[in-house]
Amino acid sequence: MFNETFKRIISLFAIVCVFLSCQTGRKNSLVLAGSTSVQPFAELLAELYQHKHPGVEINVQGGGSTAGVRAVENHICHIGMCSRQLTPEEFELTAIPIAIDGIVVVVHHTNPVDNVTLEQARQIFAGKIRNWQELGGDDKKITVIIREEGSGTRSSFEEKVMGEEHFAPDALVQDSNGAVREIVATDPAAIGFISFGLVDDRVKALAIDNVKPDEESIREHRYPLARDFLFVLNGEPTPLARSFIDFVLSEEGQRALVEEGLIRIR
Amino acid sequence: MREKLIEKGLLLVALSALGSLLLIALFIFVEGVPLIVKVGIKNFVASTHWAPTKGSFGILPMIIGSVQVTLLALVLGGGLGIAVTMFLAEFAPRWSVAILKPMIELLAGIPSVVYGFIGVMVLVPWIRRSFGGPGFSILAAGIVLGIMILPTVIAISLDALRAVPLSYKEGSLALGATRWQTLYRVMLRAAKSGVIASLILAMGRAIGETMAVIMVAGNALLISASPLAPVRTLTSNIALEMGYAAGDHQKALFATGIVLFVIVALLNTIAILTMRERK
Repeated sequence: MFNETFKRIISLFAIVCVFLSCQTGRKNSLVLAGSTSVQPFAELLAELYQHKHPGVEINVQGGGSTAGVRAVENHICHIGMCSRQLTPEEFELTAIPIAIDGIVVVVHHTNPVDNVTLEQARQIFAGKIRNWQELGGDDKKITVIIREEGSGTRSSFEEKVMGEEHFAPDALVQDSNGAVREIVATDPAAIGFISFGLVDDRVKALAIDNVKPDEESIREHRYPLARDFLFVLNGEPTPLARSFIDFVLSEEGQRALVEEGLIRIR
Repeated sequence: MREKLIEKGLLLVALSALGSLLLIALFIFVEGVPLIVKVGIKNFVASTHWAPTKGSFGILPMIIGSVQVTLLALVLGGGLGIAVTMFLAEFAPRWSVAILKPMIELLAGIPSVVYGFIGVMVLVPWIRRSFGGPGFSILAAGIVLGIMILPTVIAISLDALRAVPLSYKEGSLALGATRWQTLYRVMLRAAKSGVIASLILAMGRAIGETMAVIMVAGNALLISASPLAPVRTLTSNIALEMGYAAGDHQKALFATGIVLFVIVALLNTIAILTMRERK
């Protein structure tokens, strides 16, 4: 008798719990999906936003820019993350630039080489140009440093520079912009790529096709390794999505992105 | 009654250690096995192409890298360790043993990131200047790991050497053998299984070390016979890529963990068996 009542109370409680979690799940959650380059930044912003608004659940998923655009087209996610321009077929979607990303090719500060063409950069990182002499530098074997598989900086570098080429198999692999910069700063024969915001005076940023990377050239996309990070919407955003985007574009959100090496949108 | 309660409580604590080991093993296998099945065991452990975000999951370069780095560490650290053990057991004056032994044991307490940092700051530039190449290399990782395994080698093989019955030593000396002959041809032979066990345990430590190796090995996906070439080990592969890994990529890292788990479990079993043989 007692047992029966007890069981009933427990099951009622369980049902209420499930019901409640469904409710909050629907109302207070936001799903972002798309570019793995944008993903780490979106995760950071989501963390900051959730810290300010407890009870909100933001779910950031990868999949790539195109997958993100498809997901938002089919209303599978609220916001698509995209690190390329939208194509003409995707005109019905709204793209909101949240930041500009510039990837800078860096060498040791004593390296006499100042400029490479995009083609030369590809050959260097593919291991086809192996000596600095071929680029007018000293007779030294080039030490190539790249990022690990899955890194957003790596995937955008692959997309913008490498094309169909693979990275050289003997390239050193490091798991952060800082580690790449550290090696380039200490090895006179090294070359690597890092986010624009992390360049300091121990390393030299190379011009690509005679365009030096600076805030202006990256913002104007004259520098070839620059791209917009976009949030993609399909129709009217939900109130939560609207509030999150406002946060990203706010002074606080933009400052967080600049600290991570991106260039602010305004 | 109270006695029994404490006894049971302690048993429970002991079992929880076993339980967590089982849970970890179970978790790694549940996460990793489906991927190995999906790509096929041959394409996983025997393919050299690793591009997990593009559907290639060959970990052969990492397996070979792990073996190369571990063997070099074993040659350097094992050789030095056994030499130090022989000195400590037979030739060292008492006062120097009192200083040396605790200091060697202290080596085990230095965090691996410190070893790695010294490797990056001192060892790597030195290799780059002296031998050329990027400096990040099998050699750098082997030297760092060789130093890291010294305490394991010395502690266990010293115990084994000291456990040799005194009558062996006395008998040998009485027959006119020199101290070196006695040590090398009698005592070391008698302590053989203990010394081998120390090397195998050190090997387990070397193959499982991550942080120091990731910092000095260069992590390139390269199979090369040159000690100056950069390599990636199994452990580095997991730690390096886990940050942004998702989906099959993440499962592939768990599968890398399975390979590592099997290797270390095998090594430890061999070590336990050789130690038991001694008794």
